[in-house]
Amino acid sequence: MSAPPDAPADTPADALAAQIQAQLPGSLTRLPAPPGELAFVLKDTATLLTVCRTLRDAPQLKFEMLMDVAGLDLLHYGREDWQTAGATRSGFSRARVAQEAPADPSAPGRFAVVYQLLSVSHNRRLRLRAVIQDSDEPMIDSVVDVWASANWFEREAFDLFGVLFRGHPDLRRILTDYGFIGHPFRKDFPLSGNVEAHFDEQQRRVVYRPVSITPRVLVPKVIRSDNRYQAALKAPEVPR
Amino acid sequence: MASGAPIAEIRNYTMNFGPQHPAAHGVLRLVLELDGETIQKADPHIGLLHRGTEKLAESKPFNQSIGYMDRLDYVSMMCNEHAYVLAIEKLLGMVPPERAQYIRVMFDEVTRLLNHLMWLGAHALDIGAMTVFLLAFKEREELMDAYEAVSGTRMHATYYRPGGVYRDLPDSMPKYQASRWRSQKDAARLNEARSGSLLDFIHAFTERFPAAIDDYETLLTDNRIWKQRTVNIGVVSPERAMQLGFSGPMLRGSGVAWDLRKKQPYECYARMDFDIPVGVNGDCYDRYLVRVAEMRQSVRIVRQCIEWLRVNPGAVMIDDRKVRAPRRAEMKEDMEALIHHFKFFSEGYEVPAGETYAAVEAPKGEFGVYLVSDGANKPYRLKCRAPGFAHLAALEEMTRGHMLADVVAVIGTQDIVFGEVDR
Repeated sequence: MSAPPDAPADTPADALAAQIQAQLPGSLTRLPAPPGELAFVLKDTATLLTVCRTLRDAPQLKFEMLMDVAGLDLLHYGREDWQTAGATRSGFSRARVAQEAPADPSAPGRFAVVYQLLSVSHNRRLRLRAVIQDSDEPMIDSVVDVWASANWFEREAFDLFGVLFRGHPDLRRILTDYGFIGHPFRKDFPLSGNVEAHFDEQQRRVVYRPVSITPRVLVPKVIRSDNRYQAALKAPEVPR
Repeated sequence: MASGAPIAEIRNYTMNFGPQHPAAHGVLRLVLELDGETIQKADPHIGLLHRGTEKLAESKPFNQSIGYMDRLDYVSMMCNEHAYVLAIEKLLGMVPPERAQYIRVMFDEVTRLLNHLMWLGAHALDIGAMTVFLLAFKEREELMDAYEAVSGTRMHATYYRPGGVYRDLPDSMPKYQASRWRSQKDAARLNEARSGSLLDFIHAFTERFPAAIDDYETLLTDNRIWKQRTVNIGVVSPERAMQLGFSGPMLRGSGVAWDLRKKQPYECYARMDFDIPVGVNGDCYDRYLVRVAEMRQSVRIVRQCIEWLRVNPGAVMIDDRKVRAPRRAEMKEDMEALIHHFKFFSEGYEVPAGETYAAVEAPKGEFGVYLVSDGANKPYRLKCRAPGFAHLAALEEMTRGHMLADVVAVIGTQDIVFGEVDR
């Protein structure tokens, strides 16, 4: 899917991609996307604000709306619970198998922020991904000054993923409880959480205690390559 | 007070609005800073209904999360499902059969009517008009019956599936029975519209409904009190609306002619004949007019769908064993079908690796689903872009300088539903 910048523009997405590459030479890499969609990844997150301003203000681009900001944790990307391809001497694996080694949470490029842009003037969409190299203290510039709608979306990404937005006017938690500890949408945060609220008879108030639920997997995660879709969409290279 | 005593220091007053307040539309906690009765600062505290839908979806096969989508914006259920199944279909590279597309469009518009009726009733009730609420809920009940007839549930339908819809439209409607509380005569009157198929039922509704909209307009549009409460309240300029990520009637109320059904048509919207109502002043009154006009347009679209669906029978689900469960009868005869059935309900289907963003014009605005798949049977990451989230973020800007009572009007005009804001 990925077209070099000087390729002939055959679809509207290709044409837009060429325009963007011309406006912002060398700062974006095109990502594979389903037909009709256009996605880029930022080469250097330090250029985020310049790129965003250009995308918003350049008359041929005019992405005046930021529709969504999504945090993304790539820790378990491509890791499956159930080996289906290979067989051992005892036959095929029949149940969920534990991962041989847990993924390294501080490997660079674990977190990404994905921006969905919309140009009302030109009726076009664009997805922009920025991968943050530092995984222990993920930090990226806030785009609140470019699009005001980023305010709450970035607060949400901070709350759920722990991504810090430099220059955000009011980076507080938004969806989780007051005094919540941790970032629940990170892949290494258990689905059942760490604490549960209960009423303590002695103290006569609601207190937190460790969860009594044992986390379990009801349906194992299985990755199979279905050759019917091979031509339609190639597996994208996830930049890390 | 003795002469020469210092004048009492006048300070702003901080007040909690909600989370248990009838006009807070659910669980909004609003921390207001008031100077007298004027809003200086409004800080919405949300998340009281946060259920982690997106995280839950990561732990389940794709199809099992369709029901969660209903529970996001729980007054426009099928539109949420629509965005989710569209995203999956985009990654699978599937196009549902034409009949399924028409059914989806028809139910999207039925959902829009459901949502706008709820909004109209609640908004009017919030700012002092009781009657509209009762009238709107009467019509809403009929549309819920349509939901029930097609999916078995009045609200949380789980009707759309990747590749089509769960089943075809029923040929008959469930009927009322006479009981101790309902006389034979009443039951017969209620059953009158239910004697034919679901399409006949919805058609009868569309015949009657424009007159009901006229009734609401008689009660509100020229009502002096209604205008005093809504005209010039919460004005948003078109530039600012775009900056703030507004969509749907909130954006159109400010005069931006932007509707995904027209601009980026999905399903068979490109073949539908309808207009996009646009406001002028960007205040609560214009947004009210836009939504009322939208209801009339929805009736038009539903009519066109009914006409098409009546004469074009056909499949409503794509014929792909990987995404469609085999029928009972097939399973009795065919071993392959039995295996497919088992795999479909235990493991689900794998969606090729990739990422996509699918958006629909939900009644409240752009409801988008950003879906990342790593080739597994579960989504790797699901992000729902809820229109209400962006709208509520602008609450402070819209209410600053207004009176306390106007906060209620602004919450109402934003059409906030916490299911989707908190997710």
